[in-house]
Amino acid sequence: MVKGTSFTNLRDAGDPVEQAAFYYREGADELVFLDIGATPEARNTMVNVVEKVARQVFVPLCVGGGLRTIDDMRRMLQAGADKVSINTAAVQNPGLLREGAAIFGRQCMVLAVDARRSDNENAAGWEVCTHGGRKPTGINVLKWIEEAVGLGAGEILLTSWDADGHRAGYDNELNRAVSELVAVPVIASGGAGTLEHLYQALAFGRADAVLAASIFHYREYSIRQTKEYLAAKGIPVRLQ
Amino acid sequence: MSKNAKRIAVIDYGAGNIGSVVNALVKLGYRPTVTDSVSVILKADAVFLPGVGAAADTMKSLSAAGMDAAVRKLVECKKPLFAVCVGLQVLLTATEEGGNHKCLGIIPGKVRKLPTGLKIPHMGWNQVKQVYTHPIFTGIPDNTNFYFVHSYYAQPQDRSVVAGITEYGIEFCSMIIKDNLFATQYHPEKSGEPGLTMYSNFLKYALS
Repeated sequence: MVKGTSFTNLRDAGDPVEQAAFYYREGADELVFLDIGATPEARNTMVNVVEKVARQVFVPLCVGGGLRTIDDMRRMLQAGADKVSINTAAVQNPGLLREGAAIFGRQCMVLAVDARRSDNENAAGWEVCTHGGRKPTGINVLKWIEEAVGLGAGEILLTSWDADGHRAGYDNELNRAVSELVAVPVIASGGAGTLEHLYQALAFGRADAVLAASIFHYREYSIRQTKEYLAAKGIPVRLQ
Repeated sequence: MSKNAKRIAVIDYGAGNIGSVVNALVKLGYRPTVTDSVSVILKADAVFLPGVGAAADTMKSLSAAGMDAAVRKLVECKKPLFAVCVGLQVLLTATEEGGNHKCLGIIPGKVRKLPTGLKIPHMGWNQVKQVYTHPIFTGIPDNTNFYFVHSYYAQPQDRSVVAGITEYGIEFCSMIIKDNLFATQYHPEKSGEPGLTMYSNFLKYALS
């Protein structure tokens, strides 16, 4: 069984179609397109990108970061995405998760959660942030995720905004708390600076998969090298 | 003979992610026809039955389109057929999903829920153990990883139809071969190069 899925976040990644094809050839297990922008123009551009990518990339594709409605999701899935990820829209309207799961199946519905450590009384531990991590909501991360899985989220893309960008490792207390709470896969995101960090998120954070962007984007490590490292540490990975 | 002199049909029954199957076949140089016409399907040289979602809904959509009889007929006349995911599950006698629903009954046996304890759906890459050698596995090493998304698995009564086995909490049948019928619980069209190789092997075998 393979647990250590290498995700690739194509945020700011030059020509996304070329980048996607490159990561596919390198052996990425799944590709995630995030931060596509919330304007109708940005979404149209993304539909074209997804269509082109789906013609040459034969691993699962997840798209998110500006989807507001069932219609937005449907367009991405029809263009060739296998999963859609929603974040702010789900916090504002949790019913979207139930509706999306009923129409597309829960395996299509990824809930993205931006979490920040908090002393807020209601959100002891970690607080949900929206709008790209900028806006604290006062909502407790663990309670929200439990509710969202009950509604229809089939996977959790969990980003620590304390760790993100610092390249000092994932927030593995957060990863572990969420992984042990819900029975759907949890993808850890935010904080990877070394391959050891990916290993820690899988081994100690108990994440089902890890997402890393900048370490691949700047070609510090190749996906193959990453997988060989994880395999040597005893994490089952797909090497082909 | 050129790749396009043969007719390849992808069954469109108003459900399932047929786009990715079509993309994979186009990438391999074929020109498949996406169709909901029973006569086109029966005249094709090779047929794909994709599937995503719940087996009961899939059965309903297939029956509404008159495809249940067409699929039975394809198997009866040993027409090369490749069924994927829920497309595999509907071949069995019945499924536990959503109560107890009758399926096509082409492969005697039941579709059961994966055991609890592991994360469900089983979503991700997992190894497929090849039970015997077959041209469909040409160029694909034993225990290659393929991509899975499912909560239920097929349990055929006749073990001789089991061509692939995967472990997820239990060992389950992840591939069925019976004459010219090929069916996978995993999605070859989402399994990278080994998945494309499997479709290519199927079409070479089917169209030769």
